[in-house]
Amino acid sequence: MNGSRASALTLAWRLASFGPRGYPVVPIAIIAITALLALFADYIAPHNPEIGVLGERFKPPAWQAGGTETYLLGTDHLGRDVLSRLIFGARVSMIVGFFAVVVAGVIGTALGIISGYFGGWVDQVIMRITDTWLAFPALIFAIFLAAIVGPSLTNLVVILGAVFWTRYARVIRGEVLSLKERDFVRLAIVANCSKWTIMRRHILPNVINSAVVLASLQLGIVIIAEATLSFLGVGVPPPQPAWGLMLADGKKGMMAGYWWLTVLPGTCIMLMVLAANLLGDWLRVKLDPQLRQL
Amino acid sequence: MKRYLVKRIGYSLISLFLLSVIIFFFVRVTGDPAVLLVEPGASQADLDAIREQLGLDKSMGVQYVTFVTDLLRGDFGKSFYYRMPVLELYLSRLPNSLLLAACAMLFSLFIGIPSGILAAVRLGGWWDRVGKIFALLGQSLPSFWVGLMLILFFSVHLGWLPSSGSGTIWHVLMPAFALGWLFAAAHMRLTRSSMLEVLGSEYVKLARLKGLPEAMVIAKHAFKNALIPVLTLAGINLVIMVNTTVVVETVFAWPGVGRLLYEGIAFRDFPVVQATVVLCGAMIVTVNLIVDVLYAVIDPRIRYE
Repeated sequence: MNGSRASALTLAWRLASFGPRGYPVVPIAIIAITALLALFADYIAPHNPEIGVLGERFKPPAWQAGGTETYLLGTDHLGRDVLSRLIFGARVSMIVGFFAVVVAGVIGTALGIISGYFGGWVDQVIMRITDTWLAFPALIFAIFLAAIVGPSLTNLVVILGAVFWTRYARVIRGEVLSLKERDFVRLAIVANCSKWTIMRRHILPNVINSAVVLASLQLGIVIIAEATLSFLGVGVPPPQPAWGLMLADGKKGMMAGYWWLTVLPGTCIMLMVLAANLLGDWLRVKLDPQLRQL
Repeated sequence: MKRYLVKRIGYSLISLFLLSVIIFFFVRVTGDPAVLLVEPGASQADLDAIREQLGLDKSMGVQYVTFVTDLLRGDFGKSFYYRMPVLELYLSRLPNSLLLAACAMLFSLFIGIPSGILAAVRLGGWWDRVGKIFALLGQSLPSFWVGLMLILFFSVHLGWLPSSGSGTIWHVLMPAFALGWLFAAAHMRLTRSSMLEVLGSEYVKLARLKGLPEAMVIAKHAFKNALIPVLTLAGINLVIMVNTTVVVETVFAWPGVGRLLYEGIAFRDFPVVQATVVLCGAMIVTVNLIVDVLYAVIDPRIRYE
């Protein structure tokens, strides 16, 4: 009994995470499909995601009684097609997730390199700021910033970037501290390279791997943060279709039994985050053995 | 010890200082703070009055000093919506959040500790794998969605539990689960690694050599010692919970500080938003300080680092 259950679980685990030849097939497939949907949303989505037909409100998915094939996954409180909104929502999640992680990565990596290479009071100041930033719940900070600057896609990317850079700074600084003592850096100093040149040409290429691993691990966190902010009404402004926003709208219809308005967007978020986390885990083991401890 | 204490308190003060600078800076730089701090639709006279009060025509330095002295006096301004001092409002909501966080913590420890022990004792077994999947799900499911799904199942479908509000034990069950879920995974992983470390130690080996039954070794020798880091984390997490319940409290209309923050956003009640954030930061810095000092009291090695 135990044995068969264990093997079934092992199988499920392998399929979900590390595929047949050690590649994370399922996570890559999920992310690739989402990326394609996001890219070609204009051609794939059957309806306009922002404009609905008020006469067609709260239509259930096609397989339920009362559902029609025109709206495969049903419609929301304004008669908008849920499937189309989910497809366009993928675009928002992808854009915000990707760019926020890049913004955070650039800020964090730059500060980490500067802090680690210069040392002394520069290091002290940057690390104190990092600690303060870290002590604070990222979500609350993001909500605060969003409440000040108001909702928009660009603001969201900048805010999430400004909130999530600390982990990069910490990890990269640690790596720079040891890189600094290596021969090729010392030789570069002897060869009279300027500090900026050394940081750009000798240090940066050696920490980029870790930055990529951290970025993939943070993608899931950032996607959840975006959904949360949108859910609370300080993220993506309506009527743009974002998964978190759809959940906030769907919540109102929940007591009336319109389950598809909350179950479907949430499932999308979950799949996306799960895929990002599994991929990040795999990259961590593959690219950077030192980060296995994270 | 004294030196360590002074240093550690100094760090906390620096953190609080930086926090106040960051908040002050963002509010001033991203736009006109007067617009944020007056009610929507206020007249020009109101705007001028608040500018005068904040001293927005004065230099940044003077403005910052005014800002900090107000905070230190506990003057966080007045809520536009509730028409009462924000601090009073916050304190009236805090007990609800503490109750919710305490229940969520109990729940997360109840799940996290036994499953962590099982995973460590049967390392690599199927329970260990279930634990891994559980931890992964804990990271991947947004807590507000867990909350919504709970409502859908237990309130809408089965009709067993109330979907929102507070007052009875039934009201607290679902929010506590939705909030504790995330932390249960973290507590499980820490229990697992802490147990593994203790199980490999000399005194556990000795206990086994003495011929004690395995259950006794695990329960009496290993578990007790493995619990220390877990309880420390739980203490810190409790504070983090109180301050991150905003989403769960919003979903379940639970009248705590998180819900207050949400209302602050929804009603464009900026003094409420600012005060909640400042108090949250101060609370976390303080608890970190207390934990570090307690650690130094327990473990003298830390003092000399």
